[in-house]
Amino acid sequence: MEPLLKLDHYSVSFQTSMGEVQAVRDVNLTLNKGEVLAVVGESGCGKTVMCQSIMKLLPKTARIKSGTVSVNGTDITNYKEKKMRNLRGPVLSMVFQDPMTTLNPTIPVGKQIEEAILRHEKVSREEARKRAIEMMDLVGITQPEYRYSLQPHYFSGGMRQRCVLAIALATSPELLFADEPTTALDVTVQAKILDLLLEIRDKTNIGILFISHDLGVVARIADRVAVMYAGKIVEIGTAEEIFYHPCHPYTWGLLSAHPALAADGGKLHSIQGMPPVMLNPPPGDAFAERNPYAMKIDYEKEPPMFQVSDTHWAATWLLDERAPKVEPPISLKRVE
Amino acid sequence: MKDEIILKVENLKQYFVINKHLTIKAVDDVSFQVRKGEVFGLVGETGSGKSTVARTIMGIYPPTGGKVFFKGYELTDKKSYQQNKADIQKNIQYIFQDSAASLNPRMAVEKIIEEPLKVTKTITDKAKRSERIDELLEQVGLDKTYRTKYPGELSGGQRQRVAIARSLSVSPDLIIADEPIASLDISIQAQIIGLFQELQKKYGFTFLFIAHDLAIIRYITSHVGVMYQGRLLEVGATEKVFKNPQHNYTKALLSAVPVPDPVYERSKTIVEFIPGDRELSGEMTETEEDHFVLK
Repeated sequence: MEPLLKLDHYSVSFQTSMGEVQAVRDVNLTLNKGEVLAVVGESGCGKTVMCQSIMKLLPKTARIKSGTVSVNGTDITNYKEKKMRNLRGPVLSMVFQDPMTTLNPTIPVGKQIEEAILRHEKVSREEARKRAIEMMDLVGITQPEYRYSLQPHYFSGGMRQRCVLAIALATSPELLFADEPTTALDVTVQAKILDLLLEIRDKTNIGILFISHDLGVVARIADRVAVMYAGKIVEIGTAEEIFYHPCHPYTWGLLSAHPALAADGGKLHSIQGMPPVMLNPPPGDAFAERNPYAMKIDYEKEPPMFQVSDTHWAATWLLDERAPKVEPPISLKRVE
Repeated sequence: MKDEIILKVENLKQYFVINKHLTIKAVDDVSFQVRKGEVFGLVGETGSGKSTVARTIMGIYPPTGGKVFFKGYELTDKKSYQQNKADIQKNIQYIFQDSAASLNPRMAVEKIIEEPLKVTKTITDKAKRSERIDELLEQVGLDKTYRTKYPGELSGGQRQRVAIARSLSVSPDLIIADEPIASLDISIQAQIIGLFQELQKKYGFTFLFIAHDLAIIRYITSHVGVMYQGRLLEVGATEKVFKNPQHNYTKALLSAVPVPDPVYERSKTIVEFIPGDRELSGEMTETEEDHFVLK
């Protein structure tokens, strides 16, 4: 079976007056139908740029430096705007973090959903309206007929995010990019939106690329997890593998920086230092400077992806057979 | 004296009159007390009134009703406030969520940290002030080269460190921090939380910590109050509230917090809270030692 989305040695750079900024570096990943792949990492690690560049939403200064993107086996790397328009909607769709800036404040939300349907399908206005109301019902907006004609400011943050989701799903896409869709919401609302996404996945078999920096959220929603650092995927595997048997020191750092995993009364671990500026990335492993387990080779040569299991890869020299055996930090040992 | 009450909030009410039909009860009959040297957390969702409580304690808005006492001075009483102004202003300091907005963009870091020392006349000697700035910067993990930088040149984490240094400069008794780490990255959050703990141990200040992130509240605080729609529903020792929540809302809120454990997360059921009149009114009742609930 062809994967829904495949990135092969994918790199994206920005041309700036100060030089080239390498935002995404040599990313390989696949996403299948009905699967939720979460991409985690700190801000500025390239998660959003990766998604927006697949959707071709980036400004002209961004350039795909190397590699290919395929959707359903078709190479779309060099697609121009005209061809992309036919993909966005029926095939690819995106939900952003802030629902207020995504929605047009002057247009009733129902109309905005209808607009998406009319743009991509040859249906009458009445039919589109009916479908829009169905969509609102699907995403859990009660009294959809009445709320169809309300502007976004009548809705709460969680309800707005549901409207955005209704627009994104109105054209029944095969692949949804969800860029921090719950970050701006309260925990109780966040839990409802996550469950809604999973419910829609079960109903429509949509593939979801979920971007987040919250490991708790990722644990709830993801089948597989990719950890990104400085534009590279440093570890990828199933959710169980990443959370229970992490292999990369950066993943260790991320997990042990989570207050829920700090042992009672123990010190909260933090990753020292700051992520590197990708203007002139240092030679070797970009994480070396913040890595307490860094070896000499980390400063000289970039580690390849070492295979840990059939579904689990990590880019760290610690997995090389010549490397000293290092135990993950004790704070990650689970005591229930 | 370990059990000295440093901050006491009594039946605090803060109503905002929007028009003659609509009055928003942002804070409704909230009472709690904070002991000296303790880290007290206030949690709640957006619009629960936790920031309004902090802002009323700070004196940004005069309360609609109720009293606030700090070290025995009644802050809500004009006369008492005026008489002890110098002591009160020096000993309550604030840290805000948005460090970019709370630091003057036209002042260098050294000027920002120096200002409270000057205003409160804590250190009048210029050379000594300069020494103190170096010492503070070092304590928050910044080196001397940051003295001449402007807030615009710093990252979010570094700016928050400057805000912390500023609040510490006059060695206050109470620091009120309103979502101080909400806008920072996870690994930076951990750094700042570690810094708070270290400094709190060193200076022994009392800390009123407001956040919506329950994992962080549980980690850093010793006592916690849970707010919902302007009411304080449950208050007590943090571990007791988290391990044995009494109010239905607290139970719902705690069940919704995502935990980084996929097997547990996929199987857990989230309790939903449907507010009834019974749940949001009543008296604070002690259910066990150091644990109160509204019922």
